[in-house]
Amino acid sequence: MAETDTLTTSHSVALVHQFDDPQQQRQAGELGMWVFLATEVLFFGGLFAAYTVYRLAYPDVFAAASNELDVRLGFVNTLVLICSSFTMATAVYNAQKGNRKFLIVFLCGTVILGLVFLGIKAVEYAQKFEHHLVPGLHFRMEGADQSKAQLFFSLYFAMTGLHALHMIIGAGMIFVLILMARKGRFSTQYHTPVEVGGLYWHFVDIIWIFLFPLLYLLGRSTAGH
Amino acid sequence: MSEKIVSIKTYAIIFISLVVLTVVTYRVALIDLGVLNIVVALTIAATKATLVALFFMNVRWSPRLTQLVIAASLFWLFILLALTLADYLGRGQGWTHGLRYPAIP
Repeated sequence: MAETDTLTTSHSVALVHQFDDPQQQRQAGELGMWVFLATEVLFFGGLFAAYTVYRLAYPDVFAAASNELDVRLGFVNTLVLICSSFTMATAVYNAQKGNRKFLIVFLCGTVILGLVFLGIKAVEYAQKFEHHLVPGLHFRMEGADQSKAQLFFSLYFAMTGLHALHMIIGAGMIFVLILMARKGRFSTQYHTPVEVGGLYWHFVDIIWIFLFPLLYLLGRSTAGH
Repeated sequence: MSEKIVSIKTYAIIFISLVVLTVVTYRVALIDLGVLNIVVALTIAATKATLVALFFMNVRWSPRLTQLVIAASLFWLFILLALTLADYLGRGQGWTHGLRYPAIP
């Protein structure tokens, strides 16, 4: 009985019995997220491969179609996501330091920036509907091969749509983290969910870092010539 | 035993670098460099992604096993892209015909 007592006291409250110590538990959790992110790399990789093949096939149409996108909104959204990654990193820092108040503040900041991103994305999508640039019956892009231009916009909606879905899931995840932080579930000893959530959020940021130049910037150098 | 805690100062430096690189990638995209445009764009994007991974995602201080998983995922992505391109581009002139009218065996 005495031995059980020392065992339970020497272990942190949040330590699950299959792990030796909090560090092993944390590293196992992070490794799990990284394995999931590896599958995500290939999930998005399929779309990037399709994009590469079609862009190599129809470079001029892709450049022209890309110039129909609103590069200012894309640029602002890139900055919004980078800011949200910074607030997320700061949230993780405060979790590690056991500063609950600032952990919640920066998690809230991250969610708000994520929602700003999605809002701007919604405005962009609405513009595409107005300008008849959504693939389908009413698709119409001046001065370009319609079927090839549709290919670009199909890829645009598939890639940004899948990215936006990840943002929505990420925002929901951070919302849960805020609730957990409010209940005092995290400590300097145990804050793996915040770190693992941070990994996911930064990964979604990395995807956008590639989407922005590939979708918005590829035709800019020839625009207006 | 204890985990590496990256300072806010480091995060801030990375954040500012990412903002600067975003502005640079936009500015460079406006200049016509021919084939080099995509090379520069992807190099900057890869640099930004590396900064996010190394510092924001703490990969620099991650265990070797985690780093191996990341390297493996990138290697598999390389296989995906390289073999796809080897197929399509290896078909020679007129390889785009197969794209618009998928070949039915």
